[in-house]
Amino acid sequence: MGRYVVSTKEEQLEMLRAIGLDSLDDLYADVPDEAKASEFNVPEGMSELEVREKLEEMADRNVRFRKVFRGAGAYRHYIPAIVKSIVTKEEFVTAYTPYQAEISQGVLQSIFEYQTQMCELTGMDASNASIYDGATAAAEAVMMCIDRKRNKVLVSEALNPETIEVVKTYCESRDVEVVTVPLKEGKTDIEALKERLDSQTAAVIIQSPNFYGLIEDIASSVEVAHDSGAKYIMSVNPIALGILRTPGEYGCDICVAEGQPLGMPMGFGGPYLGIMTCKAAMTRKLPGRIVGETTDHEGRRAFVLTLQAREQHIRREKASSNVCSNEALCAMTASVYLAAMGPDGLKQVAENCVAHAHYLRDRLLELGFRQRYDGEFFHEFLVESPADPKAIEKALADKGILSGLEVDGGILFCATELTGKKDIDELIETVKEVISK
Amino acid sequence: MKLLFERSRKGRSAVIVPPLDVNEYRLPDGLAREKTPRLPEISEVDLSRHYTELMKQVHGVNDGAYPLGSCTMKYNPKVDEETAALALFTDIHPLQDLFTVQGSLEVMYRTKRLLCELTGMEDMTLQPAAGAHGEYTGLLLIRKYHLDRNDLKRKNIIVPDSAHGTNPASASMAGFRVINVKSNEEGGIDLDELKKAVNDETAGLMLTNPNTLGIFDRNILEVTKIIHEAGGLCYYDGANMNAIVGRIKPGDMGFDCIHLNLHKTFATPHGGGGPGSGPVGCKGFLAGYLPKPIVTEKDGVYGFETPEKTMGQVRSFYGNFLVVVKALTYIMSLGREGLLEASSVAVLNANYMMHRLKEYYGMASGKICMHEFVMDLDELKKETGVNAMDIAKASLDFGVHPPTMYFPLIVHEALMVEPTETESRESLDALTDIFVKLAEKAHEDPEYLHNAPYTTMIGRPDEARAARTPVIRYDFED
Repeated sequence: MGRYVVSTKEEQLEMLRAIGLDSLDDLYADVPDEAKASEFNVPEGMSELEVREKLEEMADRNVRFRKVFRGAGAYRHYIPAIVKSIVTKEEFVTAYTPYQAEISQGVLQSIFEYQTQMCELTGMDASNASIYDGATAAAEAVMMCIDRKRNKVLVSEALNPETIEVVKTYCESRDVEVVTVPLKEGKTDIEALKERLDSQTAAVIIQSPNFYGLIEDIASSVEVAHDSGAKYIMSVNPIALGILRTPGEYGCDICVAEGQPLGMPMGFGGPYLGIMTCKAAMTRKLPGRIVGETTDHEGRRAFVLTLQAREQHIRREKASSNVCSNEALCAMTASVYLAAMGPDGLKQVAENCVAHAHYLRDRLLELGFRQRYDGEFFHEFLVESPADPKAIEKALADKGILSGLEVDGGILFCATELTGKKDIDELIETVKEVISK
Repeated sequence: MKLLFERSRKGRSAVIVPPLDVNEYRLPDGLAREKTPRLPEISEVDLSRHYTELMKQVHGVNDGAYPLGSCTMKYNPKVDEETAALALFTDIHPLQDLFTVQGSLEVMYRTKRLLCELTGMEDMTLQPAAGAHGEYTGLLLIRKYHLDRNDLKRKNIIVPDSAHGTNPASASMAGFRVINVKSNEEGGIDLDELKKAVNDETAGLMLTNPNTLGIFDRNILEVTKIIHEAGGLCYYDGANMNAIVGRIKPGDMGFDCIHLNLHKTFATPHGGGGPGSGPVGCKGFLAGYLPKPIVTEKDGVYGFETPEKTMGQVRSFYGNFLVVVKALTYIMSLGREGLLEASSVAVLNANYMMHRLKEYYGMASGKICMHEFVMDLDELKKETGVNAMDIAKASLDFGVHPPTMYFPLIVHEALMVEPTETESRESLDALTDIFVKLAEKAHEDPEYLHNAPYTTMIGRPDEARAARTPVIRYDFED
């Protein structure tokens, strides 16, 4: 069996004797007998070689696609080698939250760098050190906006459905009313938004590019929201911000994002990264860790966890959130990714995504697909298929290609820098065969 | 150390993405960002060296002992990292057809069953991403339960004053009123206080056992009975589970739901503050309220189901799946006997250290401890002026990570020591020697300790200044 306990049985006995006991069971003398379990139906342990084989057998029951044309909240992008090399360094992987600043400057500085990059990317003033994922980031952002007078949030129906679910869960327990805003042509209906805004509305949350890939009319909705005194939360795709107008430039109050596209694998859903940035005025409402710069007694630059008066270990039930562990290593991953790419590289990835998506859309239209919604899109779009989406999915799967996701009877396709012309042409040829059958 | 931005030079970068192979698509001008983000422009070699420099200023589990109480900083086995890095796990889209993800589902299902068995629970969600997230989820189970029974008065969650700060914070987030109860001198629940605190508004109790003084609450069965008789439910904070794995099931102590910290008890690494994973288990009568989806198995085929009265989702998809792979690898490696040995030796190691340190430091409790113990430096401070912070900071010069400082709050000058099972006897002796030496130094030269540490890259940082005038992003000069 695998064993990471260091001491041998003999050493354990010696140590027990040193403290006046005879057996390990003696350590648990205080435990009432009724609380001691009689049996544990857990298999015997195994050697490293055996366990590795077992896990590989399980992994082999997954199907890994050569090419992925599916997004809908999780995206396969190229992960530069340098990213993997850095974020697998043992020190970064195994350290705890940097409570002891004197021996944690590496982690603290990396978070400070992350915070700076997130502010730059989103055009906002302040960032936290991360939260669990994009959906919880959105839910926590809503909590930042709630107060005694305003206890309602308007949620666009074009938000990722997973995000809507999580926002609803978080709001229900705090008695925050969630009102969805319907769509017009696949985008948030501004008139409907206007009708639903009132003096109780704490926040509006809109995603762009939205779940259908469409770029929302943020400028108008920000104006409408602000006119009624509501805060504006914009949910973004961080890769898209390589080229798209930022939440900061639109005048949003809070920006949230799923950070997974920035160097993290799809990983069957996690670990991911919740990005949260905001305007300066809301900094003290941010949940979770924040790193700040200061000096030590000799005037040397130093980084520390700061603004902790917001946090659970100080404020307990009055804290702004219960967050303790966040996604520090994922934040570092995003930070290394952005540094490896640089402003030009990130822009190039974004341009690749948008160009490939449009090329794919054009080729599909030639085959008789119909685009469900007009309007500018980034790297995802919804089409109605002339053939059964399931037949298309199967034919593509046979060639190692993951088709778009079936959504509302159509197919939501996604293209990235990893699905180039050759791959798209292959997809098109396969789809053509399905249609001609 | 220079910041990434201070290393940036215009035009430097690696070439990662090929040029476009299709026509460019130009979005309308109004949609384009105006200001280029000031991301670093840096060569790959400089980027690589930058992080190597940062890495040297991080204390990982392999850089020396890490007796950070309540955090269970045990060794993170390397094979766990390897299995979680298999491309057939990492490169899987969460929305693939279920027939193409049977391996991932099997990992989730097996983990769930094993963790249910170890905790005495009947069903479990792996969706919560961290311990506090698990607490929140567990409290929503309790909330849903009472609401479903139309028992609308139950708004109170009882939390002992020795609890982790996340407990009351989670209770507030879940819409409850927090009722703090005093703990007894052993850090456990004071039964009289508890009886006074319960009534028909009691929704539940949040408790960790062993408690935060590291003591197993021998009244536990009575505690959970009092809550149940009042109509409340009992929530087990699994932060201290490392003391009892393979020996005691929280379910047998009368707990109705629990969270676990895979990044503590089940050896997955902490990543400098995440990603963690905080699965939530519950007894059968609460299973219908679990978050969706729940992984299931039928005739060897794995799938997802939505619990009948689900609370909804607490996170996207299925949680931090790759962390779950690591935990499963760990549990399968150790097996029943190995898990029992691990928890027992964690307890042995703590007692072994405490036994010697008792002569030099006050202890919050003199009893046999579980996997951790709390030193109370109140006396030392009165005698010498040296406080818990001073001792912690001075220990940095010896290459070890200090114990948790100033927690639990019921001990004013607390240092909480959790050596874990993955330290050798020599390592424990060496660690103990350091604290013995520091206790002696406190009497000889308190001034020396007030100014420690001396060998680290920076001295004690000015935290007040950081909070007063927050600088939380780099100030670009241009």
